Amino acid sequence: MPRTVKMKVFRGEKGEGAIHDYNVHIDDGMVVLDVIHRIQATQAPDLACRWNCKAGKCGSCSAEVNGKPSLMCMTRMDSLDLEKPITVEPLMTFPHVRDLVTDVSWNYTVNKRIKPFKPKAKEADGTHRMFQYEVDRVQEFRKCIECYLCQTVCHVLRNHGKHEEFAGPRFMIRTASLEMHPLDVEDRVPFIKEEGGIGFCNITKCCTEVCPEHIHITDNGIIPMKERVADRYYDPIKMLFRVLTGK
Amino acid sequence: MAQYTTHDFDVLVIGAGGAGLRAAIESAALGAKTAVVMKSLLGKAHTVMAEGGAAAALRNADDRDSWETHFRDTMKGGKQLNFFRMAELHAKEAPDRIRELEEWGAVFDRTPNGLINQRNFGGHTYPRLAHVGDRTGLEMIRTLQDKLVHMAAEIFMETTVTHLFKTSDKICGCLTYSRVTGEFHLFRAKAIVLATGGGGKAFAITSNSWEYSGDGQALAWRAGAELMDMEFIQFHPTGMVWPLSVRGTLVTEGVRGEGGVLLNKDGRRFMFDYIPEAFKNDVAATEKEAEQWVAEVAAGKLATVRRPPELLTRDVVARSIRAEVQAGRGSPHGGAFLDIATRRTAADIQRKLPSMYHQFKQLANVDITKEPMEVGPTCHYMMGGVKVQAENGMSTVSGLFAAGEVAAGLHGANRLGGNSLSDLLVFGRRAGWGAAEYAKTASAPSVNEAEVAKAIEENLASLSRKGGENPYAVHKDLQDMMQDNVGIVRTEDELKQALGALDELEKRVDNVSVEGARAYNPGWNLAMDLRSLIVISRAVTLAALERRESRGGHSRIDFPSYDKKYSKVNHVLYNQNGQMALRADALPEVSPELKPFVEEA
Amino acid sequence: MAYPVPGTREPFLATRRLDAWWLAPLAMGISFIVFIIYATWSALHPMGDDPVTYHVQTNYVSPFFSPDLSKFIPGFTWSPALLILWIPAGFRLTCYYGRKAYYRSLTFSPSACAVGKGQREYKGERALPWILNNLHRYFLYIITALVIFHWIHFFDAFRFDGHFGMRLGTLVVAADTIFLTLYVTSCHSLRHLVGGKIDCYSCAAAGMARHHAWKGVSILNDKHNLYFWLSLFTVGFADLYIRMISSGCWQDVRFF
Repeated sequence: MPRTVKMKVFRGEKGEGAIHDYNVHIDDGMVVLDVIHRIQATQAPDLACRWNCKAGKCGSCSAEVNGKPSLMCMTRMDSLDLEKPITVEPLMTFPHVRDLVTDVSWNYTVNKRIKPFKPKAKEADGTHRMFQYEVDRVQEFRKCIECYLCQTVCHVLRNHGKHEEFAGPRFMIRTASLEMHPLDVEDRVPFIKEEGGIGFCNITKCCTEVCPEHIHITDNGIIPMKERVADRYYDPIKMLFRVLTGK
Repeated sequence: MAQYTTHDFDVLVIGAGGAGLRAAIESAALGAKTAVVMKSLLGKAHTVMAEGGAAAALRNADDRDSWETHFRDTMKGGKQLNFFRMAELHAKEAPDRIRELEEWGAVFDRTPNGLINQRNFGGHTYPRLAHVGDRTGLEMIRTLQDKLVHMAAEIFMETTVTHLFKTSDKICGCLTYSRVTGEFHLFRAKAIVLATGGGGKAFAITSNSWEYSGDGQALAWRAGAELMDMEFIQFHPTGMVWPLSVRGTLVTEGVRGEGGVLLNKDGRRFMFDYIPEAFKNDVAATEKEAEQWVAEVAAGKLATVRRPPELLTRDVVARSIRAEVQAGRGSPHGGAFLDIATRRTAADIQRKLPSMYHQFKQLANVDITKEPMEVGPTCHYMMGGVKVQAENGMSTVSGLFAAGEVAAGLHGANRLGGNSLSDLLVFGRRAGWGAAEYAKTASAPSVNEAEVAKAIEENLASLSRKGGENPYAVHKDLQDMMQDNVGIVRTEDELKQALGALDELEKRVDNVSVEGARAYNPGWNLAMDLRSLIVISRAVTLAALERRESRGGHSRIDFPSYDKKYSKVNHVLYNQNGQMALRADALPEVSPELKPFVEEA
Repeated sequence: MAYPVPGTREPFLATRRLDAWWLAPLAMGISFIVFIIYATWSALHPMGDDPVTYHVQTNYVSPFFSPDLSKFIPGFTWSPALLILWIPAGFRLTCYYGRKAYYRSLTFSPSACAVGKGQREYKGERALPWILNNLHRYFLYIITALVIFHWIHFFDAFRFDGHFGMRLGTLVVAADTIFLTLYVTSCHSLRHLVGGKIDCYSCAAAGMARHHAWKGVSILNDKHNLYFWLSLFTVGFADLYIRMISSGCWQDVRFF
């Protein structure tokens, strides 16, 4: 039903600012991003927000809607309690830029530190062969749209600010997607333990809870990587075996 | 005194979709000092939204395929208006470009014997689209992005180009502003590659985002480069029509590739009523034949019969849906029904079309495994753009290159689905190579400071102006005007009206004023984008007015069929002392060895 | 108003969430505390003629007290439960799902997503004590032996005075056995061990078999959290039920 709702939107620059109230008329089927656009077009033309595809494919419009990290384009207004005001705030895990926009460049620098894909040699007929059953697992991680909601919600970054020591869930599964790639021959286990700081993750699964692509970040990505790290660094018998055999 | 920061590069790539990234990779690999600037963040460009796949005659799914057949399909889909040399290079090189992506880490869906799988798509004779479920574009952009970040290229995110500069008729640089800070940056470059995509934001119902304001075409035209085939705009037949807020959002052609059928409100499978004469022999004559094709394909076999008419080229399907709606046989919200629920099992649908499933579930409350979707045409792609040389992507201005959607020539009057992702790779690489080669011999660029100062002044005008119009309001009026008058079907009167309206709108654009400061101010950013939108809207309208026939992505109610007079001409738009002028150029003659694959249109 | 910057210590339990985010951690926390109190009390209070198990009139054996290792330790006079309960306790404590459950409900790290943690240092599983969670696989090896004992008691629970029979207690023991088995076979470490560690199944020795094994465990693993709780409730209830039957407080229901 078309109606008027009260929106509370954080506005300001570099962390300084306040919640502003807007009364907005909404129509059937609108999502939070539509409402933000309507505020832009009619009440606050300089209201800053990022967006692109408006269909949950690009991961640009991440924000905290009623305290929950969400994609604004995939959060329908009728999924919220419209009797109460709707709060829209920027992601709190990254430096604030303006209004709903934050500086997510840290993520790009982390990505750059991950060793690139290194394929094994092609087969005699000049092809690479791998089978659907063995790439399914990697393809799940590659669904990631880099909305960084998982990074935002992860308490290691959000509450403890360990951006220097911890790569965050996004780059745990990016590393997993390379490590589990049937053709890849590079070794990133030392990276994910040391620089990546996988030990900071206490698998409380908030990343998985907010993932708009429904990737099983923890169960299929981080935990298998923790097991690989345990194989190498925390399994006394395996370590002894390696010392004795020199392997 | 205008403040700006200066950067120097050999090759500057504008845009970071598939074409821009592929160009930058090639240029950096050749040792040119390379930078990429982009309006959004890295990895968010339109390529990410591409769903169906990348067309290449890999012959993995059907070994009857060949580059010659791909060439023939592309020319036929383009109604023979394509630059044949581009179509030839594209068909020949696409397979290598796809395999190269695999070498860089892309994980395409596999055939049973472990090779890259390929799917059927409209206008392609054989299953030809390398794909990853319905998120092929994401796979491509991520692969290219991760390849590029490990190379010696600099990346400038959220940086928009507003002006190109030339010295002695050669490109020498461009002015940009950072969206984040609002500060200006001057890039001096020996060569510039435009990879800015299209301009769908000129229309009200579109699958394109705010980025698609036709910047590349407008910058090129202002710099004196020629635009071509601007009248041809692809209205994708299946966009969402409801709820209103997602009107235009794309529904992948993959739905039809997997067996989805189009129905009118009476449940009639109307596409059988709209099969054009030229395609009579390519599609199934009966529902039974179409069903058999779907059954064979779904079972992973080679098709032995002809495909369903839902897989006709996009222009045909889009017009058919529109005709049904006009005749009062549309769905409740003014579209057609696209049904996959009764064709495939729920498990198949979720596996093959996962993002479509979620998109409808979340945005429209429709479970596509149980109910049909409502779809209608949406502005999707511009076949026209900057006129370039096939081999190296150079425009008619020295040092200015273009690749991808911003360039014209490959797709002619209508693009086949799947040909754009392979276009990005083939011609992105060629433009990157062309630019790097060109930069080797070009002299160090210098930019006239007075020109920069003037450009900055133009950019800042809307901020200092008081009491002008709201840019959002002007944009909405432009979109509505273009949708009504220059949309999926056109008439002489409407096009002439549109030209008049554009003059008015241009004045309004010059008189917008925006609130706030320069840092991350979308109102101010839109005010600058509007200037590009006006240029491309005019180009589309002028070219559409001049083509008095219907062909591909250009349909005239007053001239509903092909006209031989236009079958061998491209419309070229050029800058005549600041005014947009049009001329008709004869198509290059197809080389003798390719003649057998070209049909008369 | 200053907007929170990264790493800001939001006050403990502060959040802008409007939903009932506290419900799940509260329920989990109560369940854990109730279970720990009961299990500790029970482990310290063996009963029946045989101080070890409580067979009085049946063949039921409480999972808390089996196997009885005290026989092998001369002079051990404490409850035999103390010799084995560290195994399931260790398995659950290092369990990848168990960790989520108690980090959220007992250590509040964090209690729920986007909920504040207050001022405190955080080292996660990089330092003692939680770094020991990396030893989960060893608990998996050991608990496998315990699962075998549960199955032995499962078959025992069909024998009454030398005759085949079935009573409510049989079902209670069966539920414990089945859910413990499901819980252990859905373990993340097992999933890694049987095939998860392989990248290229088509190139590895016995790759197809290991892929199938991995796939099988993966299907179970999807419900690991469910089996964790079902197994926790059924093991506790099995002990309580057998205790009640043995003490005569409850009457077992006889089916045949």
